[in-house]
Amino acid sequence: MQICEEAKLIECNELSTGIFEMYIKTKVASLAKPGQFVMVYPKDSATILPRPISICEVSDGELRLVYRVQGKGTREFSLYKEGETVKILGPLGNGFPVEAAKGKKAILIGGGIGVPPVLELAKALKGEDVTILAGYRNSDLFLDEDFKKQATLEIATEDGSVGVKGNVMDVIREKNLKCDVIYACGPMPMLRAIKKYAEENGVTAYISLEERMACGVGACLGCVCKTTKKDSHSYVNNARVCTEGPVFEASEVEI
Amino acid sequence: MNTSVKIAGVEFKNPVTTASGTFGSGMEYSQFVDLSRLGAVTTKGVALTPWQGNPTIRVTEVYGGMLNAIGLQNPGIDVFCERDIPFLKKYDTKIIVNVCGKTVEEYVGVVEKLSEQPVDMLEINVSCPNVKEGAIAFGQDAKALENITREIKKVAKQPVIMKLSPNVTKIADMARAAEAAGADAISLINTITGMKIDINRKTFVLANKTGGMSGPAIKPVAVRMVYECAQAVKIPIIGMGGISCAEDAIEFILAGATMVAVGAANFTNPFATVEVIDGIEDYMKRQNVADINELIGAVR
Repeated sequence: MQICEEAKLIECNELSTGIFEMYIKTKVASLAKPGQFVMVYPKDSATILPRPISICEVSDGELRLVYRVQGKGTREFSLYKEGETVKILGPLGNGFPVEAAKGKKAILIGGGIGVPPVLELAKALKGEDVTILAGYRNSDLFLDEDFKKQATLEIATEDGSVGVKGNVMDVIREKNLKCDVIYACGPMPMLRAIKKYAEENGVTAYISLEERMACGVGACLGCVCKTTKKDSHSYVNNARVCTEGPVFEASEVEI
Repeated sequence: MNTSVKIAGVEFKNPVTTASGTFGSGMEYSQFVDLSRLGAVTTKGVALTPWQGNPTIRVTEVYGGMLNAIGLQNPGIDVFCERDIPFLKKYDTKIIVNVCGKTVEEYVGVVEKLSEQPVDMLEINVSCPNVKEGAIAFGQDAKALENITREIKKVAKQPVIMKLSPNVTKIADMARAAEAAGADAISLINTITGMKIDINRKTFVLANKTGGMSGPAIKPVAVRMVYECAQAVKIPIIGMGGISCAEDAIEFILAGATMVAVGAANFTNPFATVEVIDGIEDYMKRQNVADINELIGAVR
C-alpha cells in the first residue's frame, strides 16, 4: 500500500554543507522498509515533478529524510521550516532484502548522497555481523555518528582527510574486509565497482539504483534499467527502478 | 446537472480521460483514484510486439513542464489483451486503447487484434515524436495521415480517434485530413518536441537528444490548436496539453473539445483526474450550467 498525503514537518536541519534532513510525521512511516523511498512534491508550480528521496530512518510515525541540495526542488525543500506541511507519496519501491543477511557476514556501503538509506538498513540488521562502509568527498561527514551506534563504521574520503584516502573499494582492499553479502547505495561508478567485486568474489550484492523519475509509481516508464531477465511489466528487459527497484541484485542488472 | 458526453455513439459519464502514456493502464493509479469515476481511461500506446523504448535518461523537468522520450516501451498487444483489458473491465469506465506502430501494417495488426476485445474506442498514435519509425511520420504529412486513417477504418470495429501532433505548420489541415478519411474523432495535442542541454556535462539531458514537452507551460498552445481544429472540422475533439485543474479543462471545452485528457498533471498530483471532474461540476453549479454540452465550443 502507498499513501499520498500532506504531512507535517517536525524538524528540519542542515547536517553538513548542502546536506539537509527533514523529519516528517506521516502515515507512510508505518509502512516503510529500509531501502524504500518517497516522492516529495515541490510547492512551486513551475516545478511539476516530485523528487525521489530515500528513507534514512523510520521511528514513531516519523520519517527522516536526508538529501543533498541538487537543484530547484531540493533547494525549495531546504528552506522549509518545522510546522509546515509537505506533500509526500510512499513508501515506494522494493527496499533491501533484509533476510538475505541473516546469519551471514554483511557489508553495508553508502557513497555520497547514497549514504542515508544505509542507516535504516543497519538498524534492521542490528545483532547481525555487519560492517558499515561510508564514502564521502571530504571531512564534511554526515550520519557518521548515527552509524557508529549501529555497527562498526569504516570511512573513505576522496581527499583522505578522514579514514582511508580513496573510495569504498579502497577500504575493502586496504582493510581486507570479507563478506557474504553486500548492500549498497551510491553513485554509478561505485555500484559498477561493487558489481564487479561481487562477481569476482562470489558475493551476493544488492545495489540501489538511481534514475530520473516522473511518476514514481510505475506508470510512466521513465526510470528503467537494463535487466538480464525479462521485466514483469513490458517483458523487454527494462525494469522500472521505481517499482521493481530501486534495489536489484547486481548480477541481474546491466549498469 | 448532466456531465455526460457522447463521441461516435459512445457515452462517457463525464468528459475526463487520461492522456496516453501518463497513466499506464490505470493499475498503478488505482490505489489513489477510483477508476470508475473517470469518463474513460486512455491507455499507454500498445504495439503489435513488445517494444524496448529508448535508453535512459528518458525524462527531465523543464520550467512549468517536462520532456519525455520514453520511446513507447510496451509489452505488445497480446500481453495487453490478457492483462490490461481484463483489469480495466473491473471498473465502470470506458476504455480507449492507444495504438502505435512502425508501419501501416503494424497499426492495422493491432487494430485487428482489438476488434474482438471489449474496448470502447481506439486512439491512433500518429504523433509520438520519440520513435524513429512510424508514429509522427504519419502525423506530419496530410496525405500519409489520410492514408493510414483509411486503412485503419477499414478494419476497425470500434470508433477511431486520430491523435494529432502539434509539430506541424497548420494543425487544422491535419484535422481535415483525418476527418476526410473517416476518423470518428481527433485528439490533440501530443507533446511538443523540445530539447534540454546539461551545461555542466555539455551534452543533451535526454539520451534521445529531443523529447516531447508536456505540462502546464504548453497549455496555451494546446488551447489555440483545439480552437483551430474545432473551427475546421465537425468530428468531436478530445483536448489535452497541460491540463492540471478544472479551470484548464473548461478552457479546452469552451474552445471546442468534447472531452479532455489529464496527462503530466498525474505526476504532479496523483488525484488530478478526480479533482478535475469535481471541479468541472463545481464550475457548472456556480455558472448555472445544466448540461456540459452547452459549453462545448461556446467560445467562437
